[in-house]
Amino acid sequence: MMSKLESEEDKMLEVQFVGDDDVLNHILDREGGAKIKKERAQLLVNTKKIIKKPEYDLEEDDQEVLKDQNYVEVLGRHVQESLKNGSATDGGNKVYSFQTRKHPEKMAKLASELAKTPRKSVSSNLKSDPEITIDIPQCSKGHSASDTVQLKNNDKSEFLSTAPRGLRKRLIVPRFHSDSESEYSASNSEDDEGVAQEYEEDTNEVILSEQIQAQNRVVAAPVCKETPSKKMKRDKTSDLVEEYFEAHSSSKVLTSDRTLQKLKRAKLDQQTLHNLLSKVSPSFSAELKQLNQQYEQLFHKWMLQLHLGFNIVLYGLGSKRDLLERFRTTMLQDCIHVVINGFFPGISVKSILNSITEEVLNHMGTFRSVLDQLDWIVNKFKEESSLELFLLIHNLDSQMLRGDKSQQIIGQLSSLRNIYLIASIDHLNAPLMWDHAKQSLYNWLWYETTTYSHYTEETSYENSLLVKQSGSLPLSSLTHVLRSLTPNARGIFRLLIKYQLDNQDNPSYIGLSFQDFYQQCREAFLVNSDLTLRAQLTEFRDHKLIRTKKGTDGVEYLLIPVDSGTLTDFLEKEEEEF
Amino acid sequence: MATSSVSKGCFVFKPDFKKRKISVPIEDYFNKGKNESEDSKLRFETYQLIWQQMKSETERLQEELNKNLFDSLIEFLQKSHSGFQKNSRDWGCQIKLREIPTAALVLGVNVTDHDLTFRSLTEVLQNNVTPYVVSLQAKDCPDMKHFLQKLASQLMDCNVGVQSKEKENVQVTQKKIHYSMDSLSTWYMNVTQKTDPKMPRKKRTPSSQWQSPPVVLILKDMESFTTKVLQDFIIISSQHLHEFPLILIFGIATSPIVIHRLLPHAVSSLLCIELFQSLSCKEHLTTVLDKLLLTTQFPFKLSDKVLQVLTNIFLYHDFSIQNFIKGLQLSLLEHFYSQPLSVLCCNLPEAKRRINFLSDNQCENIRRLPSFRRYVEKQASEKQVALLTNERFLKEETQSLIENLHVYHANYFLVLRCLHQFTSSLPKYPLGRQCAVHFQIRELYCTCLEKSIWDSEEYASALQLLRMLAKDELMAMLQECFKVFKYSSEKQLGNTAKRIEEFLAQFQSLDAEAKEEEEDTSESQSKGLQKTDLYHLQKSLLEMKELRRTSKRQTKFEVLREQLVSFIHSLVREYLLLPDTQPLHEVLYFSAAHTLRQHLNAAPRIALHTALNNPYYYLKNEALRSEEGCIPNVAPDICIAYKLHLECSRLINLVDWSEAFATVVTAAEKMDANSVTSEERNEIIHARFIRAVSELELLGFIKPTKQKTDHVARLTWGGC
Repeated sequence: MMSKLESEEDKMLEVQFVGDDDVLNHILDREGGAKIKKERAQLLVNTKKIIKKPEYDLEEDDQEVLKDQNYVEVLGRHVQESLKNGSATDGGNKVYSFQTRKHPEKMAKLASELAKTPRKSVSSNLKSDPEITIDIPQCSKGHSASDTVQLKNNDKSEFLSTAPRGLRKRLIVPRFHSDSESEYSASNSEDDEGVAQEYEEDTNEVILSEQIQAQNRVVAAPVCKETPSKKMKRDKTSDLVEEYFEAHSSSKVLTSDRTLQKLKRAKLDQQTLHNLLSKVSPSFSAELKQLNQQYEQLFHKWMLQLHLGFNIVLYGLGSKRDLLERFRTTMLQDCIHVVINGFFPGISVKSILNSITEEVLNHMGTFRSVLDQLDWIVNKFKEESSLELFLLIHNLDSQMLRGDKSQQIIGQLSSLRNIYLIASIDHLNAPLMWDHAKQSLYNWLWYETTTYSHYTEETSYENSLLVKQSGSLPLSSLTHVLRSLTPNARGIFRLLIKYQLDNQDNPSYIGLSFQDFYQQCREAFLVNSDLTLRAQLTEFRDHKLIRTKKGTDGVEYLLIPVDSGTLTDFLEKEEEEF
Repeated sequence: MATSSVSKGCFVFKPDFKKRKISVPIEDYFNKGKNESEDSKLRFETYQLIWQQMKSETERLQEELNKNLFDSLIEFLQKSHSGFQKNSRDWGCQIKLREIPTAALVLGVNVTDHDLTFRSLTEVLQNNVTPYVVSLQAKDCPDMKHFLQKLASQLMDCNVGVQSKEKENVQVTQKKIHYSMDSLSTWYMNVTQKTDPKMPRKKRTPSSQWQSPPVVLILKDMESFTTKVLQDFIIISSQHLHEFPLILIFGIATSPIVIHRLLPHAVSSLLCIELFQSLSCKEHLTTVLDKLLLTTQFPFKLSDKVLQVLTNIFLYHDFSIQNFIKGLQLSLLEHFYSQPLSVLCCNLPEAKRRINFLSDNQCENIRRLPSFRRYVEKQASEKQVALLTNERFLKEETQSLIENLHVYHANYFLVLRCLHQFTSSLPKYPLGRQCAVHFQIRELYCTCLEKSIWDSEEYASALQLLRMLAKDELMAMLQECFKVFKYSSEKQLGNTAKRIEEFLAQFQSLDAEAKEEEEDTSESQSKGLQKTDLYHLQKSLLEMKELRRTSKRQTKFEVLREQLVSFIHSLVREYLLLPDTQPLHEVLYFSAAHTLRQHLNAAPRIALHTALNNPYYYLKNEALRSEEGCIPNVAPDICIAYKLHLECSRLINLVDWSEAFATVVTAAEKMDANSVTSEERNEIIHARFIRAVSELELLGFIKPTKQKTDHVARLTWGGC
């Protein structure tokens, strides 16, 4: 990934303002380079010139770098090819580019800017920044200056050719640096400076140039900040690391303290959310349809490749459920197939295997372990070569299936010759699930299917952030259970709720200890012995209304595993009724 | 929808039994996919034929390459077991008997290929050494109990195999017994004694040459075994070694040191370890390439970029031969699937026959090939017209072109091998790309495919180095080259072989001449040294120096060497032409490198990022077109939410986020002049925000956090 980025940087660097002076210097520099090459050719013939040996080695190093770059370029080429249009290529570049913007107001600012310029760009804050427009010419000036310095160096090294050998060697080094850099990337001021410092120890004359460079650097620095592509690999990686720790080390995060409650917009439940969203007219439907049609043309190819022993995984933004569903209805009508909703919270490998053994293979027996079951299935499929099974897994990377063991088992299934697997992944880090061994089991062919469709089905199960989902179900169950109980039992439970609500702001609250509870219940004339209380508690526990936990001191603590909002609602309702 | 439910996640669909019978043959999928499906049936058949050939060829290669390793392993096994066999009482043997013979098999990091190796190893051992070969994997043996259980059940299975499945039903019941090492050794005694009397009568495999064949236990992935299990097992089994002749084989992916890291000295001293090293995967790759691509046996070829993609995946990602073969299979499939003219990608006589049956459409396809068009442009005008209008003439021409292409390949590979012979031993390998210890022909092939090699600097320096070689080195190279040419019976290059032979002869005759020359010089030297006068001495020395310089330039050897180098150069110039320059190369070369990379080495993160950051790339709507680094406010909700969240650091305040989102979206809505009341619109926008946020959560960009109320944590870092 990193390397891809690098190559793109290189590509970025080619587009740059170049002054006339620069061009001239560049040409002169090139001449120098050509001479060096000639020297190298001589060196091939005359191996006695040991003095030049280090030069050769250096050249070699350069070549190695070149080779690396070559590889990187191949990778980069791919990215370009796959993303075909030019602006998109920058996408990759930005996955890992960093900026320190920590101001919480920034988002609001950006938003207002977005709003202000409805049809236009957001990045005007970046593009039209006056500071930068000034900096760019300066930057190019800096380049020309540094180039002249390099030129000077070249002259000097020839001029000083009578100097002691050690010195000469040192002088050769930077010349190569400048040479190689002018070819692969615009010269890098920081790097040159490092070399220049080395100079200082040898010759005083160079101090001047070093100063110039230092100046350049001061000028160039802000530019580097704004356009990270200017940086060299080394700087880049170190920055990357720094940025990471900057983002994660500081315990204080500056965000505003506003909460949703102040916003007066209550959490919506799933149903109202659904209703509201149905009113939104979908945008870009024509384009989306076109995208989908494009993918549908691949159906036959998928079938072919599945039959030839590959398995297919779909990735890209947007729900791939509808696409797979269409694939199923058009291609798989005459085959045995199993659809597996990975996003279903209750899914497990066990249930997948069960549905294969029970419903597909009509086996009624039970298995001691999942591995036994897998072995049995594998043998069955190996024995009966006419048996064919398609597995469609939506969200192979879901919470329930992403475990190592589950993936191993599914992988083993998919490696069978007559089981065909077609799956979709959505999570950002989904490919990390698979090591080399698993990947070879799966034998994936990757297909990008960006659909932009909403993850309606996939997110409906999730306990989503802003959706008031947990509310309705536990509340109704609470009222139902409590209605069937005696008034005393209800009182006991209410007591516990109140105590819990009183303590809701206490983060170290672990529950009400049994003894205290008993005491309180006695005082309220709800129970007469701790046995009756225990009997009542058993009732609650059976309905999963309370949870008991042993504390560190061995005392039993009682807790209602329902959030306080629901409890408050419940109390309010109770009050209304009575 | 039939496949969504709140109570279950798996849905099984079984069609009616009658329907299921009619299964669609695979070819149909091959045909239906494309609109223009010319000769698709034939193409698919050719694909299957070539793929089968390639597959069996690789399997054969694998066997061949493993042969050495397996032979030495078998030898080791036999040698170490003979001690047990003899039952000798001498002290040394007794000591040795306490040690478990162990073969540490270092296989390299390409774990995916190991399975294949172990499978063939098991087969070989079962055929040659012992029927009792068991292989265990770490994931099957979390503890001692499972370890022994697996071992025992597999052993019994081996036994069943030997004894013609006579106690198949017994075995099932046995499964539940708890095994110990004792029970295993008694079982072993039983089995060996039982089979003993039968032995002479049956006279089966050489495996039964011993009364008590050893039990070979292969631990496939030694590194991932729990140390405790390994240690316990080794200690226990060393106690039982005299009655249960165990031999261990460790499969090691990293380095042999790992044995000592896993096992303390007390345990490892119970083992008698011998190290075996498998062939390096790089060499393996070179052989595979050599036999599959650098040959005229298979007409299918890869273009430079495709080959580079495949080798890069191999060298920089997994070192897996299996994956490489998979890539090869995919490119073969893609080639036949996407190129209608690939029907001609078969052996020469068959291709010629097929050309005669080409349809009109296919002829059009030929005319549309860029390489063919370039070829036509070079022809005389009458021929151009004929080629473009006359089908029959076109077919004849195509036949000769295809034949040329095959000849071109035959010559190409010969010259390539020849060049490799000459350059492979040069210092620093000027033509090698990776800094390999051993410069391989695969690298040379890559370079030659990529560009005209004679233009490259490396080639020039290689030639220069060649000009400095000594005679015996040159002769050795020539001899090798001669061998290469001799094995091939190409007419075109027949005289090349003759030339090389001539060169060889000339070099040999040089020997005699050189001797004479030496005598000459020594004579002159002795003559020159007679004078004692200083002035004359100086003069004569100068003369001699002059003489030597001129003579050096004219040495016959040097002239010959120069000739040889220029001969090689001319060969390279003539035969190592780029494949792109050949007309009709599209028929044989697969060049869609990017599709290959997309399917084999995809980058889901980048795709996701592009989709979120630049929706215009996927949705070609002008409203979405924007400058770099920004998105218009009419973009899909999730893109806007994503863009806004990039501005935040580790935690995001939901209120701020939602307000920012609302601001952006409202600005976009205003243009539509919606007539809905503002309250309802706000509700809807809030709902959209919720949807976008939960989608981002599903994608793994954010997660809920309890650090602060109404905040979410960002899981990625950095901004736009």
